[in-house]
Amino acid sequence: MEGTILRTEDFSAYYNNNQVLKNITFSTPKNLVTALMGPSGCGKTTLIRCVNRMHELIPDAKVSGKMYLMDKDIYSMEPIVLRRKIGMVFQKPNPFPTMNIYNNVIAGYKLNGIKMPRDNSDAIVEQSLKSAGLWNEVKDFLYRKGTFLSGGQQQRLCIARALAMKPEILLLDEPTSALDPKSTAHIEELIVELKKTQTMLLVTHNIAQAARISDYTAFLYLGELIEFGPTEKMFTVPKDRRTEEYLTGKFG
Amino acid sequence: MERQVQFRLIKNGVFKILVVLLAVICLIPLLLILYYITKNGIAVINWDFFTQLPRPIGESGGGIFNSIIGTIILIILSSIISVPFGIATGIYLSENKEGKLPNTARLCVVVLQGTPSIVLGIIAYIWVVVPFKSFSALSGGIALSIMMLPVIIKTTEETLKLIPYNLKEASLALGVPYYRTILKVILPAGINGILTGFLLSVARITGETAPLLFTAFGNQFMNFNFLKPIDSLPYRIFFYAMSPYPEWHAFAWGASFILVIIVLGFNLIARGISAKWKVQF
Amino acid sequence: MIDNHSAHDTKVLCLNRPFGVADTLPEKRFDKLEKRFATILTLSGLVVVILLLAIFLSLLLYSMPAIKTFGIAFFMGRTWDAAASQFGALPFLVGTLLTSFLALLISIPFSMSISIFLGEYFREGAFSTFLKSSIEVLAGIPSVIYGLWGLFVLMPVVRYMEVKMGVPPYGVGIFTSSLILAVMIIPFSASIGREVISLVPADLKEAAYSLGATKYEVIKRIIIPYARSGMIAGILLALGRAIGETMAVTMLIGNSNFIPQSIFSPANTMASVIANEFAEATGITAASLIYVGLILFIVTTIVNIVGNWIIKKIGIEASREIG
Ligand SMILES: Nc1ncnc2c1ncn2[C@@H]1O[C@H](COP(=O)(O)OP(=O)(O)OP(=O)(O)O)[C@@H](O)[C@H]1O
Ligand SMILES: [Mg+2]
Repeated sequence: MEGTILRTEDFSAYYNNNQVLKNITFSTPKNLVTALMGPSGCGKTTLIRCVNRMHELIPDAKVSGKMYLMDKDIYSMEPIVLRRKIGMVFQKPNPFPTMNIYNNVIAGYKLNGIKMPRDNSDAIVEQSLKSAGLWNEVKDFLYRKGTFLSGGQQQRLCIARALAMKPEILLLDEPTSALDPKSTAHIEELIVELKKTQTMLLVTHNIAQAARISDYTAFLYLGELIEFGPTEKMFTVPKDRRTEEYLTGKFG
Repeated sequence: MERQVQFRLIKNGVFKILVVLLAVICLIPLLLILYYITKNGIAVINWDFFTQLPRPIGESGGGIFNSIIGTIILIILSSIISVPFGIATGIYLSENKEGKLPNTARLCVVVLQGTPSIVLGIIAYIWVVVPFKSFSALSGGIALSIMMLPVIIKTTEETLKLIPYNLKEASLALGVPYYRTILKVILPAGINGILTGFLLSVARITGETAPLLFTAFGNQFMNFNFLKPIDSLPYRIFFYAMSPYPEWHAFAWGASFILVIIVLGFNLIARGISAKWKVQF
Repeated sequence: MIDNHSAHDTKVLCLNRPFGVADTLPEKRFDKLEKRFATILTLSGLVVVILLLAIFLSLLLYSMPAIKTFGIAFFMGRTWDAAASQFGALPFLVGTLLTSFLALLISIPFSMSISIFLGEYFREGAFSTFLKSSIEVLAGIPSVIYGLWGLFVLMPVVRYMEVKMGVPPYGVGIFTSSLILAVMIIPFSASIGREVISLVPADLKEAAYSLGATKYEVIKRIIIPYARSGMIAGILLALGRAIGETMAVTMLIGNSNFIPQSIFSPANTMASVIANEFAEATGITAASLIYVGLILFIVTTIVNIVGNWIIKKIGIEASREIG
């Protein structure tokens, strides 16, 4: 693989001294999609939130082990700085209800107090919306509230918002699970398109989705990383019995 | 058997009639009050009533300009004191659901809400009138601001609690510091509720007389000095109502009419805002 | 907020630089603001606590001369005579108790009816909206206007009645005050009553209806027992308001510092005697009035805490049933 963006070493996480991630070691290659799969409650959300340290919002959440972004130790950075380098898309679309579409896209700048010339922000908005495949649909009403968009459009707006910050890596936690099939297909196409320039870590429940759009897959089970490797390989010749059982729908 | 059922049904009907009757009777005092205020109030209201100062007894004419201005000044003064504290405390309580200090603070808000306004008058007297040795607009503003505080705190807390958690997450995930997330994302999303609470608290204090009796006192002249006594609509109503002069009684009705319009107006605007400016999540 | 140079650098930064904008932000300064913000929030949480303590201590401190002179016997004393420096608060205690309980007694049938009306008979529709808004208007009318209306409209009626009944026709007095107070507190107990009635689980009511119970029987056997503690809380909170209500009572009670002989006598309540006399009071008179204020504060505080505690308990119980 050509270059690694995110790398973990022996990474564990705990809620109230309950270990929910057990010595995870894996890495996400640059400009590829890495999928995190596993049955409900296996710790996918926890892992992805540890990457941008959002787990620190929960009291009594602890971690041990190492995690690196571009060879920099995540846990010795300022969380605020770290989060600006990492984009995150949530399960439920959450555009800012008080802002129009334009401001939603550059929310990362606005809310952080970065002022910039108008043509500069225009360029960022246009480029981000184009990358998120939303430009043609919203370019005529950029100044209307984002909450009037459909669920799928809202989710793409949230992707544009994350992309506007030019993140090193984009974290997506089941980004399509609250959407209808058509919007889901749209987002999947978008992810494939984005791969050219963007590293992504995608949590998904949907085995078929992982097969369709990911290059690497990590299979988590009860907080353990059971298997990690190229998606094609894992789906055709899984090494572990549990992976095979999961892929064939025996549980999860 | 038949007769027993019939008896039960009759009891049911009688009870319903009783409930409806008693509920409707409650409307009678309201109608009577509004009727007398409107009838007697409109009779004295003219342009002079709004723009002139009170005249000594014996001279006809004059108005309550000083009371209207005084009420406005008192509202502004008490809002300046209570709004920043109220909103900050509301944020604190909505962000800290558990814990010793938040729970104690919540209890204190409840107690403050129920504290009789006359007691707050004594407090403002002790804290401001005694050291400055004079009744003053400031002391009245302090008393009223303590009355506004619990309303603003409660509505801010309730409003912010209802804002979806994922908005906060969205902001924090963009690397926005916590304080900016609160000020730029959470507060704007709850602005309608906070404004509503603010207007309700203003409505609550606009008609308050008891805490002004020995703080803002009253003043038949126009006054803009915060450290001097100031007039207000409710005080003027009280003063005129308790006087022996029929002319002044008539003025009390006129001032009441204006006061009721203002107070109900604030209530109406508050409801309008909470309905219209509702942020769609 | 932001460094000057970043303004024209951003274009290059955002579109080309590998690390986006993160490194251009002055995070250290944010860090400081972050801490300051947290401190301000905690302080403002403390402010209400300190405020309440300060209120209590100020009342205590400034009533000390009276507490020292009269002690607890203050509440047994029947004379209140500023000229003789003789202060006993019994007349005001009696006045407060009589007016508030009489007002409560008068208001209960009405507030219960409104609660049942809005909580069970007509939960929706134009008429219930109208009644609800009217009750809110009733709650919004300033106390001094109730006083004015009572003085010039209600008082003559009561006086006429008193003449017919052969009691001294003061017009003002405990009875007149209680009537006005009753109207003023109806909205409070009614709105709490409506809320607790609407918390009664629907399946409980439906079970009774399906057994052939009439609405009256459901209200009597299911709703009232279920909502009883909430209604009591509503009545308690209304009592708290009645005890502390000042202006209307001050205008209608007749300002007499003697123990009332009947419910038609003029009297004074704790709140009204302060309103009537505090502005001119000095020395031990002022201290005695503040002493009365202190007791008023303590009584309303207890009533409010108990009332809210009951309501909170019901709220939690209700959410447990739903959840
Ligand atoms: N805030 C929390 N406090 C305590 N335990 C938690 C918390 N959040 C999650 N857990 C526990 O941690 C484990 C992992 O949860 P996580 O949400 O990461 O699972 P997941 O793989 O994302 O599941 P799903 O597919 O359902 O989203 C679960 O057992 C869960 O119960
Ligand atoms: Mg999850």
